[in-house]
Parts: sequence; structure tokens; C-alpha cells
Amino acid sequence: MQTVDLATTPLRALNAALQAQATHTNQTAWEVLNPRGAHAIAVGLDAPIHVTVRGSTGYYCGGMNKSAHITVAGNAGPGVAENMMSGTVVIEGDASQYAGATGHGGLLVIKGNAASRCGISMKGIDIVVHGNVGPMSAFMAQAGHLVVLGDAGEALGDSLYEARLFVRGTVKSLGADCVEKEMRPEHLAVLADLLARAGADADPRAFRRYGSARTLYNFKPDNAGAYG
Amino acid sequence: MTTPPRFSATFTPDVMAEIRRAADTGLYDIRGGGAKRRVPHFDDLLFLGASISRYPLEGYRERCGTDVVLGGRHASKPLHLDIPITIAGMSFGSLSAQAKEALGRGASAMGTSTTTGDGGMTDEERGHSTKLVYQLLPSRYGMNPDDLRRADAIEIVVGQGAKPGGGGMLLGQKITDRVAEMRTLPQGIDQRSACRHPDWTGPDDMEIKILELREITGWEKPIYVKVGGARPYYDTALAAKAGADVVVLDGMQGGTAATQDVFIEHVGLPTLACIRPAVQALQDLGLHREVQLVVSGGIRTGADVAKALALGADAVSIGTAALVALGDNDPRWEAEYNALGTTAGAYDDWHEGRDPAGITTQDPALAARLDPVAAGRRLKNYLSVLTLEAQTIARACGKSHVLNLEPEDLCALTVEAAAMAGVPLAGTSWVPGRGGY
Repeated sequence: MQTVDLATTPLRALNAALQAQATHTNQTAWEVLNPRGAHAIAVGLDAPIHVTVRGSTGYYCGGMNKSAHITVAGNAGPGVAENMMSGTVVIEGDASQYAGATGHGGLLVIKGNAASRCGISMKGIDIVVHGNVGPMSAFMAQAGHLVVLGDAGEALGDSLYEARLFVRGTVKSLGADCVEKEMRPEHLAVLADLLARAGADADPRAFRRYGSARTLYNFKPDNAGAYG
Repeated sequence: MTTPPRFSATFTPDVMAEIRRAADTGLYDIRGGGAKRRVPHFDDLLFLGASISRYPLEGYRERCGTDVVLGGRHASKPLHLDIPITIAGMSFGSLSAQAKEALGRGASAMGTSTTTGDGGMTDEERGHSTKLVYQLLPSRYGMNPDDLRRADAIEIVVGQGAKPGGGGMLLGQKITDRVAEMRTLPQGIDQRSACRHPDWTGPDDMEIKILELREITGWEKPIYVKVGGARPYYDTALAAKAGADVVVLDGMQGGTAATQDVFIEHVGLPTLACIRPAVQALQDLGLHREVQLVVSGGIRTGADVAKALALGADAVSIGTAALVALGDNDPRWEAEYNALGTTAGAYDDWHEGRDPAGITTQDPALAARLDPVAAGRRLKNYLSVLTLEAQTIARACGKSHVLNLEPEDLCALTVEAAAMAGVPLAGTSWVPGRGGY
């Protein structure tokens, strides 16, 4: 186990050390102490190492992650795991705005709640939130899955493309062009797999599925109002 | 005796045609390019040249430098350009792969940079651009850390001159399989790009975003912030305060691949009006020349380049002019422009993907018309002429480097241009707005 104390080590040194790990490194386990809400912790990683941050992080923890497995034993600030490509990021507490924004791949697990715009413009990432998500989550979401075990705030899936949304609790309102869709067996299978990988003990059949009605995919006079 | 027909100055034929078009379709007009209306521009300025009080430099014998370094404020690997003219961001998607390759070839031959666009980085443009700026846009289409690291600089796009405050769009005709894959979108849809970044809002957040990008790329890459001309003093000051190495300021004549005509023509400031407030902001912060200012929007000639530099810019960026150099709107395609209901010189339906010149299209047959080698050579020639023209003017003003040009070298032909550029009205010592009147 490699331990880096951010109380005494500059952020640059931490990220440089983590980014320097090669695919076959034998330094596979890292622990970060005293994050104290610092921004950009463990960003741009590119190796299948395990990093545990003991405490809460500021903006963009795990940003653009590839391959690494990052756990935040605390809460995460805005933009956690933004634009993630692969690997996993697990938040033991709550996550602020824009969690998983524009992520292309990998798995983001938030064991608490996520604030507004969770999964905004997601492009293939899978996000599982054990608690609730705030307003405008999955705004313009293009691909991937957003699973919410709790409730979703207003305007869920506004201007949605092809991402799939699963919510077990209530949805305050659906955004433009987001509709409830039939939950077919293949969706239940995908959902069961995501729940298992996220360590969530929940019955897939208790969820509802939402997706794009695809009525905004082309400019038409009848849609002009929706474009604003 | 009959009254001769009298047309309205308010309801002109153009205005009435647009009313009829709107009534027919129920949709706003979308087009490419920048503002077509007449606004105060570099044409309204003149250089004074040398005289008894200052002497010129000899052409062909006395050196006049053109190199510029962008991004030395915080980046360990700033961009060294041989000329102060860069190629603006234009996406693969809006442009054909051949056009992107040609831009790379022409710019590289002149030792300057090209810029990606709202669609990610292609191997072709990386391969043909020795210096490539990678844009971080609200959509984040194709954004990934590998391309960040293989870029030579990163440009955070907050806005562009054709549409400050607006998002992007790429209509379905241009969303081919490859474009769709790069953008993670279904093929053939009308794609919208958000107008705000998905994971930050405001200058304080942007400072943290810049920190993240620097941490991901080891503090090597210059980080630009591009803004549309709207509030140039404050936008420049805030971008610099947030940590930008370079501020790119795009006036309303700057082009777009596809935007509402009403947006292009009615939102934003003319390029000429943007430069002095931006320079003032940097001077007030003690950062002029430490944070470089790149100006774009309607740069066409070496005179425009020289005037922008004289007003305090460190470099300029060209988009529309570069496309024209490649062959856009060339009269050789007049019959085909006519078939599209337009004429060479006025063609602006770049969003429809039917460009006869093979530039603003994804149609394989049309795109194949553009020879990237020959078009790249044309761009190189054009950039060379811009540079020679700027040097000619700089030497005439007694400057051994184009960056030594200064406002004192200029006068204005109109009161408006004098006020915007902060230089005297020609033949007077009057700078409108200075000295209490």
C-alpha cells in the first residue's frame, strides 16, 4: 500500500505519481490521506490501480479516469468522475452537481445522494445512485445507464438522446422528450447486472425505465417551442 | 401621371423575402458564416507610416520578425509559432476530412497551428498538423484524455463571435456514420450542442476546471480560453484571473458552421470594438503580453492582421478566410451554386452539407473534389501573403517585429472606428471618448 498525505504532499506530486503507474505496475494499492476538499484529486489516471481517498474531495475527483478504481471514503464535490472513460469510481457518501458528466464509460457508484445534473451529457458511462438524484439529471444524456434507487428531481432526462434511465422511487417530473418506456426482459437483465456491480440490494422489477421519445431529433415547426 | 414604385427602407426586398420564408416554414433561418451586415471594421483604420519623426525599415534587407510564443505563462511547453496567424477551430463534421487535412497541411507548412472543433480530434488532422489546439467545448463530443495529451494546446470554448451565448448545431445531413460515432449520437439526427459547459459555471469554477486540465496533462499544455465578443473587458479579465495562458476573442464577423441568422446578425460586438477593451483588461492586470490575446472575426488581409496586432493583439485567427483560400465560394462552381439557389460569394448554407467545393460537407463524392494537398498549398500561399503584407506595413512603420506595431501607428476614417479602436480620427488628434468628450 502506497500512502500519500495531502497535508504534506502537493497535489501535483500525487497526480504525477498516480499517472506514472503503468498497466503492469506492482504498486496497485494507493491511499490518499487528508484530502480536505482539494480539487482534481486522482485525475487523468490510466492504469488499473486502486486508489482510496480517505475524506471528502472537491471538484473533479477522478476526472477523465481510465482503468483505475477510485473510492472516496467521504463526499465528493462537483463533477466527480467527469468524462470518465473506464474503470470505477465509488463515492461512499454524497456527490455534488454534475456527477459523471459526459462520461464515456466505466462505472460510477454513489452510495449516498447525487445533486443536480447527475449524468449530464453522459456518453456511455454507467451511473448507479443508491439515494436520490437532483433536478435535470441525465440532461442531454447520449448513451449509458443511470440507475436511481431513490427518487429523481424535476426534469429528469431533459432533451435525452439514447441513454437509458431506471428509477425505483418517484420522479418529480420528466424533461422535454423523456418518456416512460416498457421494461422488457433485456432491460431487467442489464439492470440486474448494474445493481450487482454497484453492490445494491434491490429488485430490478421495482424500477421503471425512461428513455427518449425521439421527437426532438429533427427540427420541425411543431417542435419549435421545445427548442426555445 | 402615375407614381413610380417606391420601396420601403424598412421593408426591403430582403426583409420581405425573409418574412415570406418564415411564414412558409415556421422555422428560423439557419446558415453558416459570420455577420454579413456592415459594421465598423479594420477597413475603417489606416496606418500612418513613417515620416520625419520616425524612419522605416528597408524591405527585403532589414529583418521584421513574425514569430510569437503562446502560452508561456503557466505551461512548460508553450506554442512557438512562426507567424502570428492561426487557424480557428472548425470541426470534423462541419468540415470534410479533406478540408481538415488541407488546413493542417497549409498551417504546418507555415509553422502555425490549427484547431479542432465541436466533434473531437481526428487522426488525419493530428497527423497533418504539427501544432494542434484541442478544443474543450460544452458538448464534449469525442473528448478524451489521450487526445488531450497528444494536443499541443487546449482551448476552453466559452463562446464564439457568431453566437455569444449560443450552443451549436449540426444538422442530420452531415451526421454520417463516422461523425455519429465520434459524437456518440444516432446517425442522421439534427444534433444540438449545449450552450453552457456541463460541469462548471462561472469564472471561479473555470479556474478549477483549468487546474484539472493542467493536472491531467502535467502542466505542459498552454490553456486558451475562447470567448465571443460581448463584454471583452470583463471576459478577458476573468479568463486571465482564472489562469488562462491565452485569451481568444472572436468578434461577430467570426464564422459558424450553422447558427440562426438572427443570432449571427444581432448578438455580439464587432471585432474592432473588442480589441482595445481586452487589451486594457490585460494591461490593468499587468498581464499584457504575458497572457496572449488572439483576435478573430473577419480577418482577411495582412492589413487586418497588422491592425489587430497594432491594437494590442498577440496573434490573429482565421476561419472563413482559410476556407475561401481552400476553395469555398469559388466561382468555378457557379452553376452548382445557382442550382442551390445562390451564387458564388454568397453561399452560406454550410449546414446542409451540399457544398460544391467539397469543404463544408460529409458527402463523399463532394468531399472528394477537394484535393487536400493542392488546397493545403493554397492555404500556405495565402498565409504567406498575409504575413508578407503585415511585414510590409510593419516595416513602413519602422518596426523590426510585427508585434512592435502600436496604436500610435494608426488613425481612423470614421468617428465610430476612432472610438472603438481608441485611435485619433484621421487628420485630428481627437480620440472620441477620451479627454472628456
